[in-house]
Amino acid sequence: MDLQTLQIIWFVLVAVLFTGYFILEGFDFGVGILLPFMGKDDLERRAVINTIGPFWDGNEVWLITAGGAIFAAFPHWYATLFSGFYLALLLMLVALIFRGLAFEYRSKRDNPAWRAFWDWSIFFGSAIPALLWGVAMANFIRGVPIDASMNYTGGFFNLLNPYALACGLASLMIFTLHGAVFLTLKTTDELHERAMGLAKKIWIPATLLSLVFAIYTFVETDLFARLGVNPGAIPIFSVLALLSVIVLLNKGASGWAFVMTAISIAFSTITIFMGLFPRVLVSSTNPDWSLTIYNASSSEYTLGIMTTVAAIFVPIVLLYQGWSYWVFRQRVTKDSKLEY
Amino acid sequence: MDTLFLARLQFALTSVFHFFFVPLTLGLSIFTAIMETAWVRTGKEKYRQLAKFWGHLFLINFAIGVVTGIVMEFQFGMNWSQYSRFVGDIFGVPLAIEALLAFFLESTFLGIWVFGWDRIPKGLHAASIWLVAIGSNLSALWILVANSFMQSPVGYQMAADGSRAEMTSFSELLFNPYVWLQFPHVITAGITTGGFLVIAVSVWHLMKKTRDEEQFRTSLKFGAIYAFVGTLLVTLAGHTQMQEMVHNQPMKVAAAEALWETENPASFSLFTIGDEEKMEDVFSIRVPGLLSFLAYNQFSGEVKGIRELQEEAVAKYGPGDYIPSVITAYWSFRFMVGAGTLMLLAAAIALFKVIREDYNFGKLTGALLLSAFILPFVANSAGWILTEMGRQPWIVVGLLKTEQAVTPASVVSSAELLTSVVVFTLIYSVLTLVDVLLLKKYATAGLHGAE
Repeated sequence: MDLQTLQIIWFVLVAVLFTGYFILEGFDFGVGILLPFMGKDDLERRAVINTIGPFWDGNEVWLITAGGAIFAAFPHWYATLFSGFYLALLLMLVALIFRGLAFEYRSKRDNPAWRAFWDWSIFFGSAIPALLWGVAMANFIRGVPIDASMNYTGGFFNLLNPYALACGLASLMIFTLHGAVFLTLKTTDELHERAMGLAKKIWIPATLLSLVFAIYTFVETDLFARLGVNPGAIPIFSVLALLSVIVLLNKGASGWAFVMTAISIAFSTITIFMGLFPRVLVSSTNPDWSLTIYNASSSEYTLGIMTTVAAIFVPIVLLYQGWSYWVFRQRVTKDSKLEY
Repeated sequence: MDTLFLARLQFALTSVFHFFFVPLTLGLSIFTAIMETAWVRTGKEKYRQLAKFWGHLFLINFAIGVVTGIVMEFQFGMNWSQYSRFVGDIFGVPLAIEALLAFFLESTFLGIWVFGWDRIPKGLHAASIWLVAIGSNLSALWILVANSFMQSPVGYQMAADGSRAEMTSFSELLFNPYVWLQFPHVITAGITTGGFLVIAVSVWHLMKKTRDEEQFRTSLKFGAIYAFVGTLLVTLAGHTQMQEMVHNQPMKVAAAEALWETENPASFSLFTIGDEEKMEDVFSIRVPGLLSFLAYNQFSGEVKGIRELQEEAVAKYGPGDYIPSVITAYWSFRFMVGAGTLMLLAAAIALFKVIREDYNFGKLTGALLLSAFILPFVANSAGWILTEMGRQPWIVVGLLKTEQAVTPASVVSSAELLTSVVVFTLIYSVLTLVDVLLLKKYATAGLHGAE
């Protein structure tokens, strides 16, 4: 394979990793955000946390892998992005630190204040990244100040523009909806009813914010100019999938509703990456200074090695991670043995 | 404060904290797997209880290793963007492979192990904890592949425009001799760290005569063997590594020994107060010929001194200061070796007691075995400080200096860096305290606490 093909393969693979990450961690972020609203007492909260107990850590590895893949395949993308978005990433890291420990530690002591602290860690630790990922994706396509030597020249507040915040709110609500629908699949009795009620309520702002974001994108970025007046099947299906969720929920078809929130998240992510291609970070200072898969990538040899490794191990990972979802397919009840 | 200093401080803090937890994770994962295997093979209830108990302590500690590990992966880009641009073509690869091969395995099967006690067959459940242990130790391999490139770059060429190093051979990178010296050292350090915790907790239960006395005798038997084998191997692996370093990183060896002048035969310093400016000893106790013996297994042989190595470096790389902080290298080496020597003693005593089936501990023996678990932590931290500080002023030996690697101050200002240093220091300190208190709570609660 020649260099250009490999660069495209790795752009696609990074897009796949982010898509997988948003689908998987998306619902466990959602469950974390809904924790204060779902669990009226300690036992209920434990049941809610245990629905994602076996999965959340494996889901988070999708992010670590995406980070590693960007580093290996597009070092300049990794360097510019991670140094440029410094304080935002610091905030995300702090959120993920507290969240990760909260799952493991909250039920290790009986003290109510201890448990309340970790419950709020789960809430904020889920809500902050869910919001920040939308902010980050929006800034990828809107563009950020980048100079000729690929260095970010803006500050923290450049990232918090109204467009990016709109995208952040949309991703926050979509992940929350995704989590609510997941909970309808994994709970019983009152918890199930509560999850169903929440899912239907959240669907309204989630859909409205997504539409606002789509229209805003039309105004603010070159995404639709690049994709044409008819943006094509993928963004349209993303919207249709989201619209169908409420119908499916009203029918009680939770499984299909979950498939649809997943599709909506996947297709929105793919749309953003399609809009970016072949750029990876748009420079708002000068379009010629944007980072692309061509000027940011590793050598042909390195990309070739990485492709071989990915071709062998990605299918294996998908198999065993899929198997773990199969092992823990049952619903969690308050009478279940709660490990967390 | 300049960003280089702050970025180095942050890297030192976050990596020492991270590696404070990781070796225990490495060691306890294997120990838990051994206990569960014993349960599957013998069907004895006590092994199941012990697997749960040690698995529980493993989990408490594992969580911190995971969350502090994410910081490490992000930090290269955040604080060392010039470094990332320079070596991404090489260094990024083992990091990506680490995530794909090790972290997925570790996290997925840990979920299965924790939540799967009643869901999957016994054998499969035991296999899950083995896969976790393999995943944990495999992650050490890949991060050491990355680190070894910084210590001893191989399998690369400089890009035509000199802007970065590019990989030319993945197998050379993977089979870098340095990897295979570091990897056994780190794995056995993990086993040692786990082993000494097992000894301390077991002895505590035996001395207190808690209701789990019988099970903790078994635990101590396994723990003493585990710690003894681990300590023996970690010492051996360290010794081998030292012999390679005399050729490969002579400046690190000279700094670790405060050896100013080239000597043949070279003496080993037991205690030195030196003057780094004048490059001479103020006061020193030395054993003649011992350094030559450590380096070559014979009492003669030249070991180069700092002064000569500095001159060689200037001739090779141009004017500059190529001497790491001698005081840091010297004392970190002494802390590591000193702790290691005490560990050999403590492990031997524990093994001796176990072989004689003598479970009564006198005041002195008891105190030693209860407190010896601190020693591996000292040695682990000191070892990494020596490895990383002894490499200075290079970030990649011979290719890139640390000062060239840091993110430009125009991108990450010293105020931003100071913020993150303070945030990480505060959070990590509190979390360490929480981790230690939870470990203590569940270690002393005994077997029923983990059920």
